[in-house]
Amino acid sequence: MKYVDEFRNQKLSRLLSEQIHAIVKKEIRLMEVCGGHTLSIHRFGIPELLPPSVHLLSGPGCPVCVSDIRFIDHAIALARLDNVIITTFGDLIRVPGSTSSLEKEKSSGADVRVIYSSLDAIEIANQNPGKKVVFLGIGFETTAPSTAVAVMTAAQEHLTNYFVLSAHKVMPPVMEALIDEGILIDGYIAPGHVSTITGSAMYRFIPEKYKLAVVISGFEPLDLMQSIYMLVRQIEEGRPAVEIQYRRAVRPEGNPKAKTLMNEIFELRDDWWRGFGIIPASGLALRKKYRQYDASVMLPVSVEPPIEPKGCLCGLVLKGLKKPVECKLYKTACTPDHPVGACMVSGEGACATYYRYGKE
Amino acid sequence: MCLSIPGQIIKIEGNMAEVSVNGTLVKAGLHLLDNPSPGDYVLIHSGIAIQKIDEEEAKETLRILNSLGDSPSLFL
Repeated sequence: MKYVDEFRNQKLSRLLSEQIHAIVKKEIRLMEVCGGHTLSIHRFGIPELLPPSVHLLSGPGCPVCVSDIRFIDHAIALARLDNVIITTFGDLIRVPGSTSSLEKEKSSGADVRVIYSSLDAIEIANQNPGKKVVFLGIGFETTAPSTAVAVMTAAQEHLTNYFVLSAHKVMPPVMEALIDEGILIDGYIAPGHVSTITGSAMYRFIPEKYKLAVVISGFEPLDLMQSIYMLVRQIEEGRPAVEIQYRRAVRPEGNPKAKTLMNEIFELRDDWWRGFGIIPASGLALRKKYRQYDASVMLPVSVEPPIEPKGCLCGLVLKGLKKPVECKLYKTACTPDHPVGACMVSGEGACATYYRYGKE
Repeated sequence: MCLSIPGQIIKIEGNMAEVSVNGTLVKAGLHLLDNPSPGDYVLIHSGIAIQKIDEEEAKETLRILNSLGDSPSLFL
């Protein structure tokens, strides 16, 4: 497959590995904040290609994982309304809420549908004029523009039965929150497809204020190895900066059209993150102008008080403070078939990734 | 979740395109692109093309990687 196979060349991966071994002198801790990176790193065995002094940590990069239990409970309450169709991306339906899950609601008769495109929900709304169709908007800056396209389409088509429950989030505040909490890292492997939309300028505060390295990385093994090489160089040479490795998909300015549309539909709000609590200006809410599409405004429901799953360390795993194997529930009470927490549900959650690739 | 797959635009109708992803045709919205045309490689995320892939930059990255071992300083 073009733009994939060329970036999986094993000989070049080994050469990059040698280069990294040759220049590294100190202990280096790098964090990725994208579930796609978590998955690629373990799928392609990247840690085995690195010197023991280079440590990779997983951060809060899996949207399903960071979505707070209050959001899951809110979606469940909406699913229980009459004449409502819930539309969502796959993994979310299995995330346990306080006392139920969307999957359980579906088996009790709620209309919950898994979709693959944000525009599928528009089509379902058109086909079901007598029903209210709610799209569960999760994901970072990569995904929020797709939801914005759907809201704009609903406005153009004068749809009155399409709604979004937004848990969309933006990356920089949580990256700053991690540093402020004192998580020990030397640099970030910054998310590739988030940056496709946003560009690179939003990370500048990380080298400027915190003197940490940032490289925006692609997802193939050569992308990740080159990014790690670039980070190690920045760190060893003491010149933290924001660099783009994933240049075939990330321009410094991002995608201006997507940013404009995202800004037209959404505004920043303080938002809940699993494991972090409320982070200021870290979430995206629909602007008042588009409130007729905002499920949290137009479809009032009472949401049960949150009960976090007992013993689950997902919140600490998302901060890079615990590895999945350090959780007593991992592989015992908590497995991909019977997940206790969100980090085991999502295919790109750290716990599910460790489980799948047999990490001890 | 932020996974995006590369594909090539085959046909455009209004705001929608048929995109070939490794030979399989999928539909993708073109709302976020400027001047898309058939033949362009794009990244698709949740049914929407989020960016054109820059062929020259892809070649340049591979050129740098292929020169590895000759001159490591080419990296930066």
